Amino acid sequence: MTITTQPRPFTPFSRILHWTMAALILTTLFIGIGMVASLSHYHTLISIHRPLGILILALVAIRLVNRVLNPPPPLPEAMPAWQRFVAVGSHVLLYALMFALPLVGWAMLSAAGYPIVLYGPLQLPPIAPQNPGLFATLRTTHTVLALLLFATFLAHLGAALTHALIYRDDVFPSMTFWRLRSTEGAGRRAIPPTGNR
Amino acid sequence: MIDGFEQVGGVHPGFRRNHAKGVCISGSFESNGQGVSWSRAAAFAPGQMPVVGRFSLGGGNPQMPDEPTAVLAMGLSLRPPGGEEWRMAMIHLPVFVVKDVQGFYEQLLASKPDPATGKPDPSKLAAFAAAHPEFVRTMQVIKDGPSPSGFATANYNSLNTFRFVNAAGAGVPVRWSMVASVASAPAAPEQGKSPDKSYLFDDVIARLARGPLQWHLIVTLAQPGDVTNDPTVPWPADREHVDVGTLTINRAETEAPGNCRDVVFDPLVLPWGIEPSDDPMLSARSATYSESFRRREGERKTPSAIQVPVAGRGS
Repeated sequence: MTITTQPRPFTPFSRILHWTMAALILTTLFIGIGMVASLSHYHTLISIHRPLGILILALVAIRLVNRVLNPPPPLPEAMPAWQRFVAVGSHVLLYALMFALPLVGWAMLSAAGYPIVLYGPLQLPPIAPQNPGLFATLRTTHTVLALLLFATFLAHLGAALTHALIYRDDVFPSMTFWRLRSTEGAGRRAIPPTGNR
Repeated sequence: MIDGFEQVGGVHPGFRRNHAKGVCISGSFESNGQGVSWSRAAAFAPGQMPVVGRFSLGGGNPQMPDEPTAVLAMGLSLRPPGGEEWRMAMIHLPVFVVKDVQGFYEQLLASKPDPATGKPDPSKLAAFAAAHPEFVRTMQVIKDGPSPSGFATANYNSLNTFRFVNAAGAGVPVRWSMVASVASAPAAPEQGKSPDKSYLFDDVIARLARGPLQWHLIVTLAQPGDVTNDPTVPWPADREHVDVGTLTINRAETEAPGNCRDVVFDPLVLPWGIEPSDDPMLSARSATYSESFRRREGERKTPSAIQVPVAGRGS
């Protein structure tokens, strides 16, 4: 059974989804931060933020189905239990936030009685009753979850870079479109991990 | 921005941070079809649509007394068939007194009452006026014009410029006004001496109890070169005006859960076919109203100073 020792990457479709959503989520987060700080550009920014959020919601739904159909490669066997726990937990949190943020945003606009305009005459129905108290709560929730998503993203990035640059194992290449070394096993041994970077 | 309103008007939990004193109104808008040539918005197709709105006074204090120099405002939400919404936030002044948000904020702080005298500090106002020539110019325009006798006879202006886009995709900058069908009577001097602290509101509530009030939505079309990003600059009087429909208000009611109290009259809630212009103040108004809404809606509500007598309505 030599197949099990070969590192198996994410499927190309999974990788495309991952990197597309990474770009969209970062863009949406920064537009969100920018629009609440800006008066003059608020309208333009929110007009982009709103459809991007809904696009992310649609993509994360596709992504969850894809994850069930194409499970991710197993974590390295040598990984300690606490790291496995953190890896699984942080991914559950990322998925939960990718669903929750657009839904809270959508519900928040519904509660405020704002039309949820995507583009031109295209708009979404409200998903929450028009209730100003609910709006105030959801509006604050949206900010807190956004900051939590950004923190989780930073932890995710940190972990990915740790795997790529320090552990130099199969975790990072499983999500990239290129292979860092032609023969994985030999490469890892040839360049021993160092802590001096 | 909202911090500025709270500093000047005080924090009045549950109320709007500006235009805090108000009353809800409702009625309908009947489009005559004239607007279709200029905008593809569903609101301009001939027909009738429901409207909710609000009359209010400019200022952050919900208990402020009515006075002849008060800024009268009309907020509206039109719901044309098809599910879209068009909100307007208009005031009776023919021009805005500052050209940008920074100017508005500075004016707000300069007019903050001095705790010792209860009146704004004249030296701060003078310094503000010196730094903002457009303020001096527009205040003169406003003083030269008649001041309306009440909500029912006032005309309400969009002030900021918008863009109409028609079915062919052609755009034109526009401003609009709700022009009262009741002849606009100037304010009588004795009005300001009324012991009634809400005489402006009581007047319009009493008029509505007698019958509906109407306004014509008059759209002004810009010519190339007209200023679109500065609401202190009026357009020449000979610009083409188009009467696109009639607003009928037939009822006033006390601000309460589920009526206009919970609507943000955000001027950038616009239907397909009406767009913001390049005026940066529009975006700032949108952002500021949203923040005001977040703050006030997290707070416990106190009843409005304007209470509409239920028995007097429709009788």
